[in-house]
Amino acid sequence: MSATTSGLRSRVEVARLPRDLHPLAWYAWAIGLAAAASSTTNPLVLGLLLAVASLVVVARRSDQPWAASFRLYLWLALLVVVLRVVFRIVFGGTYPGTVLLDLPEVPLPDWVLGVTLLGAVTREGLLGGVYDGLRLATIIVCIGAANALANPKRLLRSVPPALHEVGTALVVAVTVLPQLADSVRRVRAAQQLRAGEQRRVRGLRRVLVPVLEDALERSLALAAGMDARGYGRAPGQTRRERWTTGAFLLLGLGGICVGVYGVLDRTAPRVLAAPVLVLGLVAAVAGLTTAGRRVRRSRYRPDRWRWPELAVLGSGVVVAAVGVWASREQLTIAYPDLTGVPEISLALLVGVLVGAVPALVAPEPVSRTRAVAA
Amino acid sequence: MIELRDISFRYDEASAPVLDGVDLLIEEGELVLVSGPTGVGKSTLLGVVTGLVPRFSGGVLSGDVLLDGASVVRAAPRDRAHVVGYVGQDPAAGFVTDTVEEELAYGMEQLGLPPETMRRRVEETLDLLGIAALRDRDLRTLSGGQQQRVAIGAVLTMHPRLLVLDEPTSALDPTAAEEVLATLTRLVHDLGVSVLLAEHRLERVVPFADRMVLLDGSGAVRVGETAELLATSPVVPPIVELGRLAGWHPLPLSVRDARRRARSLTLAAPQPTAEPQPTGVPLLGARALTVVHGRTTALREVDLDLDGGRVTALMGRNGAGKSSLLWALQGSRKRRAGSVDVAGRDPQRLAPADRRAVVGLLPQDAADLLYLETVAEECAAGGPGTRAILASLVPDVPDDAHPRDLSEGQRLALALSLVLAARPQVLLLDEPTRGLDYAAKKVLAATLRRLAAEGHAVLVATHDVEFVAQAADQVVVLAEGEVVSSGPADRVLPESPSFAPQVTKVLGPPWLRVDQVAAALESA
Repeated sequence: MSATTSGLRSRVEVARLPRDLHPLAWYAWAIGLAAAASSTTNPLVLGLLLAVASLVVVARRSDQPWAASFRLYLWLALLVVVLRVVFRIVFGGTYPGTVLLDLPEVPLPDWVLGVTLLGAVTREGLLGGVYDGLRLATIIVCIGAANALANPKRLLRSVPPALHEVGTALVVAVTVLPQLADSVRRVRAAQQLRAGEQRRVRGLRRVLVPVLEDALERSLALAAGMDARGYGRAPGQTRRERWTTGAFLLLGLGGICVGVYGVLDRTAPRVLAAPVLVLGLVAAVAGLTTAGRRVRRSRYRPDRWRWPELAVLGSGVVVAAVGVWASREQLTIAYPDLTGVPEISLALLVGVLVGAVPALVAPEPVSRTRAVAA
Repeated sequence: MIELRDISFRYDEASAPVLDGVDLLIEEGELVLVSGPTGVGKSTLLGVVTGLVPRFSGGVLSGDVLLDGASVVRAAPRDRAHVVGYVGQDPAAGFVTDTVEEELAYGMEQLGLPPETMRRRVEETLDLLGIAALRDRDLRTLSGGQQQRVAIGAVLTMHPRLLVLDEPTSALDPTAAEEVLATLTRLVHDLGVSVLLAEHRLERVVPFADRMVLLDGSGAVRVGETAELLATSPVVPPIVELGRLAGWHPLPLSVRDARRRARSLTLAAPQPTAEPQPTGVPLLGARALTVVHGRTTALREVDLDLDGGRVTALMGRNGAGKSSLLWALQGSRKRRAGSVDVAGRDPQRLAPADRRAVVGLLPQDAADLLYLETVAEECAAGGPGTRAILASLVPDVPDDAHPRDLSEGQRLALALSLVLAARPQVLLLDEPTRGLDYAAKKVLAATLRRLAAEGHAVLVATHDVEFVAQAADQVVVLAEGEVVSSGPADRVLPESPSFAPQVTKVLGPPWLRVDQVAAALESA
C-alpha cells in the first residue's frame, strides 16, 4: 500500500521536473481564458483575466525568442483600448449620460447617415469604449500568452502522421519569415555601400532582387538538405490501399461540407445535418488513419500528456465554463451598467483565479540559450 | 562500397560536359578528398553520389552509380539517406528544427526508427562529436564550428556508411576547422565510415586524406595517392609548394614530415622587408570604440589606427567581433561609445553617399551588393569609372554576363569595383577569401597590395592564415571584442600556434611565405 502511494507520489513529482509542457495544453488554456473574456464586459473580470494570463507567462515562459513576443501583445492590447476610446470620441455621437466635455457636432452630408463626428462626450460613452476595448485587449493578451508559453513549431509538429509533410512545410515557412527579415536588413545595409538607383520605386529593386535571390537559394539548400536526410521517404503503397484512402478522404470531405450546410441552414432536412456531419467526420478520420499508416515515421521523445497537461487544460475549461455561465445567469455582473460601479461575484472571482493554476502546477521550462550546468 | 561508372554530366545537350567519363570507387573506411580550382564541378561530383544532381540542379546525367553492386542512379536522395549522409556548404541553411537534440533525431524520425534506438543513438552521437553540453541549445546560438559538428552529427545518427561533405571548413576559423577535421578522422578510424569531402583549403585537409580526386576542368578526373597527384596538381597547399621548390621526393603532406626534411635545408636569413613608412597621421583612427548588441558587448574599447599604404589583417575566432568592428568603422552600425576619425570626419555623421566616399566596405556576401542583370548595367549604375576599375582588377570580365554566372573571384572583383567607384581612401573587406581557390586568392592579395601602394589604407577581416601571410603588413587579433595582439605580420603570426602559416610551422620564424624561401634559394 505504502509502496504504491510513494510510487504515485514520485510519478507526480517527476511530471513536474523542468520540461516543456505540451503546446496543445497551453493553447487550450489560453482559448479558455479568451472565451471567458469574450462573454463579459466587466472591467474587474477582464482585469483579473489579464493579471492571471500575465502571471502565468511571467512564471512559466522560457528564454526562447518567441517568449519575448508577449510584450508586443501587451502593447497591441493597450493600442486597442486607446483606439477604441478615441473612436468613441470622434465617431461616437451623443450617448446619453453625464456630459464631461461638450464638443461641437460636425455636420456631415446626408449620405453618411447614422455617422456623426464629435459631439458631446459623456462619461458613459467613454466607459463603454473602455469596456469594449478592454474585452478585445484581453482576448489578444490571452492568445499572446499562449504564443509566449508554447513553441509554435512543436504545436505544428504534433499533427497526425498523415499530415506530417504539410506540418513540416509549415514549420519551415514559420522559420523562413525571421530569416527574410534578417536578409532584408543585411541587403539594405549592403546597398548603402555602393552607388545606384536613388528613386523610391526603382530603388526597391535594389533590395528586392538580392533578397529574393537569397531566399530562393536558401530554400533550395534547405530542400536539398531535407531530401538528403530522408524527408518524404515513403515505402510503396498498393493500389487498393491508395483507393481506400482516397475514397475515405473524399467521402469525409463531402460529408463534412453537406453536414455543415445542414447545420447552418435551418430549412434543410434534419437528416442532412448532424448525421451526415458525424458520418463525414468518421470517414475523414478513417482516411487520415489509413493514410498515416503508409507513413513509416517515428517521433523522437514526443510531448507526453501527463497530469500537469490535464491540469492546465482543465483550468482553462473551468475559466471558460464559469465565464459562459455568468454571462447567462449573472447578466448584471457580466455586462455591468455603465452608470454604476461594476461588481464581481464570488463564483466569477474564484472561477477566473482557477486560470492561474498553471503558474503553480506547470513544470518549469528548460533553458535553451545557456549551457546547462553539468 | 560505392562506385561511379563512366559518369558524365552536362547542364544541357549543347554545353560542355562538367563531368566526362568519371570512374571512382570509394572503399569502406577511407577519406577521399575532392580537389581542383573553383567551378570545375567538385560539388557536382558530390551531388552525383548523394543523388542531388541532377534532381536539384537540372542537367543530363549518364553512367551508373553502384551501391554494393546494385544500381542506385535512379534512386532519390531520400532513398539513399540511410547509406549516404550529406552535409552542405552552409550547415545552418540545412537545419530543420530548433534544438541540437531534435536536429540529431530528425533524420531517424524520417527513417521510422523505434524510439529506444533513436534515444540511444542521439546520446552516442552527442558523445562522439563532443557536443553533449550543447544538447538543449538553440541551433542559431551556436558558433560556426559547433553548427558544423551538429550538422555532421545529424546525418551520423542515421548510421550512413558514406559521409559526403561540401567544404566543411571553409567558413571556420583555424581552431574550429581543426576540431571538425579531428572529428572526421575519428569517424574514419573508429567507425569505419567512408568520407568524401570537397575542400579549397588544402593545407587543412591534405594530411588527413587517404586518396585524392583531382578535377582539372576538362571533365575528366584523376584519382590516386595524395602525394602523387599533388606533384602535378594546379592547386596545392604551401607545404607542397615548398616541397616542390626544395625538390623533396616524395612530397611531404604534413608539417611534421616537412620539418624533418627541412633540417637538410640551409637558408640565408631573409631580407627584412622594407617597412612602408607610415605617412605620419593615420588615415583612420578609432579610439575606445564600443559596440553593444542587445545584451552582448560586441566590441569593448577598441583602439585602431589604419595607415595609408598598409594592408592590415583582422583575425580572431568566429564571433570575436570582426564584422562589428568593420561596420562600426564604416559608420553604419551605431557605436555605444568612442570615436572614429577619417581625415577629420566621423563617418557615422555622414549621409550614406558621402560615407562611401570616405570609407569603402565590401560586406561578407558580395552578392548582396548586386541587383542588375548584366555586368555592364551594374557598372553603369555604379557611377563613372566603375568599368575602368573592374578592368584594372580583373581584365577579362565579359560585359554581357549575368553577375551570378561569374566565377567567385570575378564576382568579388565586380563588387569591389562598385565599392571603389566612390574613391574611398580607406577600404574594409569582410571575409573576401570565402570560396576562392589559391589562384583567385593570389590575385586578390596582389590587388590589395596594389591598392595599398596607391595610398589606400586596407583592413581585411579573414580566417585564412595563408592569405594573411601573402597580403598583410600588419595583423590585429580580436578576442571577445577586445584587441589581444597587434603588430607587424611577421611578428604576430608566428607567435600564435593557430595563426602560424605552414611555412612558419616548418621553417620557423621569420619565414612566412614560399616566395621568400624561393628568393633565398635563388640568391644562395
